[in-house]
Amino acid sequence: MTDTNGTWPLWEVFVRSSRGLSHVHAGSLHAPDAEMALKNARDLYTRRNEGISLWVVASTDIIASDPDAKGMYFESPQGKDYRHATYYTKSEGVKHL
Amino acid sequence: MATQQEGGGRLSAVLSPEEQAGQDRFNQIIAEDSRIEPRDWMPEAYRKTLTRQMSQHAHSEIIGMQPEANWITRAPSLKRKAILMAKVQDEAGHGLYLYSGTETLGTPRDELNDQLMTGKAKYSSIFNYPARSWADMGAIGWLVDGAAIANQVPLCRASYGPYGRAMVRICKEESFHQRQGFEILLELSNGTPAQKKMAQDAVNRFYAPSLMMFGPPDSDSPNSGQSTAWKIKRFSNDELRQRFVGMIVEQIKILGLTLPDPDLRFDAETGTWLHMDLDWVEFKAVIAGNGPCNAQRLQRRRDAHNEGAWVREAAAAYAAKMARKTEVA
Repeated sequence: MTDTNGTWPLWEVFVRSSRGLSHVHAGSLHAPDAEMALKNARDLYTRRNEGISLWVVASTDIIASDPDAKGMYFESPQGKDYRHATYYTKSEGVKHL
Repeated sequence: MATQQEGGGRLSAVLSPEEQAGQDRFNQIIAEDSRIEPRDWMPEAYRKTLTRQMSQHAHSEIIGMQPEANWITRAPSLKRKAILMAKVQDEAGHGLYLYSGTETLGTPRDELNDQLMTGKAKYSSIFNYPARSWADMGAIGWLVDGAAIANQVPLCRASYGPYGRAMVRICKEESFHQRQGFEILLELSNGTPAQKKMAQDAVNRFYAPSLMMFGPPDSDSPNSGQSTAWKIKRFSNDELRQRFVGMIVEQIKILGLTLPDPDLRFDAETGTWLHMDLDWVEFKAVIAGNGPCNAQRLQRRRDAHNEGAWVREAAAAYAAKMARKTEVA
């Protein structure tokens, strides 16, 4: 599998560092197919026991939000301090609250 | 699966070599207090128990939106309205985290949803009690969410990875829920005599049901042993109930209210709180569908689902149309 330029497609690599933790994005690599991507990811990203499980996802399959729209896209939580426990100052100092 | 593991994790059928290896690995992971992840081999009974527990938990979050959502339009100020909306949004979010965790065990979301709407699945009995006054928003936040937090904190270490991770997120978000409830009660308690009475009345009604949220006494909790062996459950029902009582006994003093339990006292000899007898007959009746609001809650859920059908259809139609456009282009 190659892209239109004749180069290998890009894959995003996610590593689970230990049981109980989520897979976390580690980086990306080029590989001709999924199986090679997985093997390359193992060799590239887990040489020092960094992981116990790997995911590779074709970069083109990732839908990302627009970085320029950051302000607008994520503005809803702004000014909603009451979503945080620290907003409730009268319960400050009450044990186990 | 050739295994029959009803009544505890004991194997009553012969395992294939692959299954035996899986079982050994599973046992080892549990013994090491590590986590089971979705693609690991796991006993069918473990999968079944977790699917039931996690989906019931999710259903409780979804049904739990209703008693509070009923008060959004009647909240006494814009600030309280905004807070209540944020809380109800959180409950919806928590339900979705838990459904997505449950799906990693192999049961599709639609099936879980159907189990709730047909009344086949259970959810926390507490949400079948009515929220009669504004003070109930305080009592629900303080006592009901307080009990939920006491239950949920140890679940952050549940042996199933996706469950534990969902609980970490949920517990982080829950912290404001309990505080906002506490402050509603605190304000009412320091208000007019009528307001203080309203706060006390709400505490009186939610005290016993919140203690029952931890489930039946250990002497009458048949599934607890297996869940503890699997490290899904870290503390017994009674241990968690004790911990909760110890916390609210102190907090109620700050509220200037009383717990409706004249017999409540700490027994130094056993190191436990002795509280009133809880009505487990009522508890079982409410779980079985005969609480004051069961029918109303389920009907509301079904109506919301049916009334939202056009939105789902429109979204699917739009997605299909856009897919056709992309194909043509």
